Amino acid sequence: MKVEAKAVLTGTHFLDGDQACCEGALAAGANFAAGYPITPSTEIVERFASRIPTVGGLFLQMEDELASSIAILGAAWAGAKAFTVTSGPGFSLMMEHIGYAAMTETPCVFVDVQRGGPSTGLPTLPGQGDMMQARWGSHGDYEIIALCPNSPQECFDLMIDAFNLSEQYRTPVMFMMDECVGHMTEKVVIPAADDIKIFPRRYTSLPPGEYQPFRPGPDAIPEMVKAGEGYRIHVTGLTHDEQGYPAMDWRSQGKLVKRLVEKLRRNAGNIVRYEERNAEDAEVIVVAYGITSRVALRALQMAREEGIKAGLHRPIVVWPFPEQRIRELAERVKAFVVVEMNYGQMVYEVERCAAERARALLVPHGGGTVHEPEEILEAIREAAR
Amino acid sequence: MSEAAAAKQPINPVEPFLRADRMPHIWCPGCGIGTTVNCFARALVESKLPLDKVVVVSGIGCTGRVAGYMRLDSFHTTHGRAIPFATGLKLADPNLTVVVYSGDGDLIAIGGNHFIHAARRNVDLKVICVNNFIYGMTGGQVGPTTPVGALATTSPYGCFERPFNLPYLAESSGAVYVARWTAFHVRHVARSMVEVFNKKGFCFIEIIAPCPTLYQRRNRLGDGLDTMRYYKQKSVIKNGASTKDLELSLQGEIIVGKFVDVERPTLKQTMDLQLQQALGSRYAGWGGR
Amino acid sequence: MTEAPAAPQPTRKFRGRVYIDWNRCKGCGFCVEFCPPKVLAFTGWYNDHGYHPPQLIREDGCTGCDLCGLYCPDFAIFAVRERVAVEPGKGGESEG
Repeated sequence: MKVEAKAVLTGTHFLDGDQACCEGALAAGANFAAGYPITPSTEIVERFASRIPTVGGLFLQMEDELASSIAILGAAWAGAKAFTVTSGPGFSLMMEHIGYAAMTETPCVFVDVQRGGPSTGLPTLPGQGDMMQARWGSHGDYEIIALCPNSPQECFDLMIDAFNLSEQYRTPVMFMMDECVGHMTEKVVIPAADDIKIFPRRYTSLPPGEYQPFRPGPDAIPEMVKAGEGYRIHVTGLTHDEQGYPAMDWRSQGKLVKRLVEKLRRNAGNIVRYEERNAEDAEVIVVAYGITSRVALRALQMAREEGIKAGLHRPIVVWPFPEQRIRELAERVKAFVVVEMNYGQMVYEVERCAAERARALLVPHGGGTVHEPEEILEAIREAAR
Repeated sequence: MSEAAAAKQPINPVEPFLRADRMPHIWCPGCGIGTTVNCFARALVESKLPLDKVVVVSGIGCTGRVAGYMRLDSFHTTHGRAIPFATGLKLADPNLTVVVYSGDGDLIAIGGNHFIHAARRNVDLKVICVNNFIYGMTGGQVGPTTPVGALATTSPYGCFERPFNLPYLAESSGAVYVARWTAFHVRHVARSMVEVFNKKGFCFIEIIAPCPTLYQRRNRLGDGLDTMRYYKQKSVIKNGASTKDLELSLQGEIIVGKFVDVERPTLKQTMDLQLQQALGSRYAGWGGR
Repeated sequence: MTEAPAAPQPTRKFRGRVYIDWNRCKGCGFCVEFCPPKVLAFTGWYNDHGYHPPQLIREDGCTGCDLCGLYCPDFAIFAVRERVAVEPGKGGESEG
């Protein structure tokens, strides 16, 4: 699917992460956004509000995040490519609808530009405290896809991937930025529209009567449809059967939840993505994501200068977590050093996958600013011992 | 009856609109929701709307179950959020006729904020609010329209909160069509529904209906039929009355009628106008890609 | 759907015909109460769910106004207006 040329600002730009995120959404073909102002994410929709009227589409500032998070679902079911943006407190408010999107298998993207928390926290300063919330924030069983950019360029590139993943797997996707990445300005190269690969919405070719909105294909993913086409679909958040009708019994529950969870677990191998540097001979692996991975690079440089064989594993897709790779690394490294701008979230995933074959040292941070490379280096030294 | 005779038998006008494979519905004997659905079906027939383009969005509650029974594109959303979901739907496909069909608690308590903003913006939605003065689905709790003194499970000594006057709330928030009827006023309800199908903007129809199992029973007000008799006896049609004067009280007089029917540009129209003025020919409108 | 049990043949053609789905009925009584010519009444029979469905008690009395159909919360009854030679047809059921 080719996107309208003016949606794609082909060329080299100097943009901050928020602006690049907006451009990524536009380049992906997003034509509907609903949001509520919250620092440090507001600039994304401010830019979208200003760009989208000439591109084709609309932005509506809703009365709160509850409305924003469900307006995009309504728009998606009318055929729009929709996203919303928020930060911690708004992310909490959106949880019910993230669950509703997962349950109804609605393709859409939720951007969380993380800030210091909990509660009102530090509105203008970075944090990485919502990582577990991205996975477990809504009630009940569901799997989620979450991406974590570490530069404005990635804010652009990965937004396109986020939309593609949401269409491919008919699922909401979390886009976990942080205030630092969101507000740092760097070079962003936007390619030609023809070079941008868009995964189109998997509309069914079956006629009404044959199509069932929640009947999975061979890959466990159902085809999509939109309202107004004569399919007379019913979509509900209640436990439902393949036709979408409420089916509130334990057998239907088991069947549905299993499929929703398997949909992503089974395909995790195709979804997982990470970057590694100097990991081939590493005795210590630093696991870091988002802005923290940039700081970690400096610490790794210093460690290598000291003769410590240290490398970086940076999850780009944070959920599903790169379990297999961490298990592989655990077989041969002395320890992991997990650096995050929180008091321990992804470290538990690393520990779980390492399964005591390698230690996992946490370098926590309350947020508000990035780590000092020295603290990371100290942990690397400790890990190498 | 012979097969030939059975084949020629007419069908209930509501039948084409029902998901027959989901009948019977869950509503209690004497509940008024089914009555409003009959009115809805007949109004759809009369207004000749293309049914493939009619979408029903509801929230959670007994009235919220309407979406599940209608053989139209229907969405059973989260509690209180039918209106913003419907807003997204309508903006993304302006060709849809979007009906929000939900109850007093869902639309006005948890959904209250969305209600007033959608009315303020004049989003082109047809909002049908079945008001039974109670939270029925969850067992009979007090709600934002429960009359003072009425018993409910969470106000077991009688409701002490002043209830909302829904037509007043709707009008003051900006609704362009406001009517109140009861489940007794079936022809008026159907007529109001036809009127809103032919109208653009935020339209609000309050339909007072019995909840015999919870509201009526707890307050010793008889069954559904007793309640319908009360509606017939105590309601007064005052079309054009000021919405300020429409407060309700426990078993008191019910003023019904059509109170507001004005024209005002919808959200889409005001959006397009503003952006057109600002951007001229550069305004691309709704791309709908 | 079944009609009410067979009654003695009328001497005049009726203007309306009512159709009742006995097993959908939950005995609320709306149709009986609000039928303008008062030609419906509860039967003594029980349906499968233990309710008394209604029946037409005066076969030539139904006007086909379909108020019963509008009121019925269980979609168990409706009436159609039949053309009668002596009456000019008045059109759809929503009138009356």
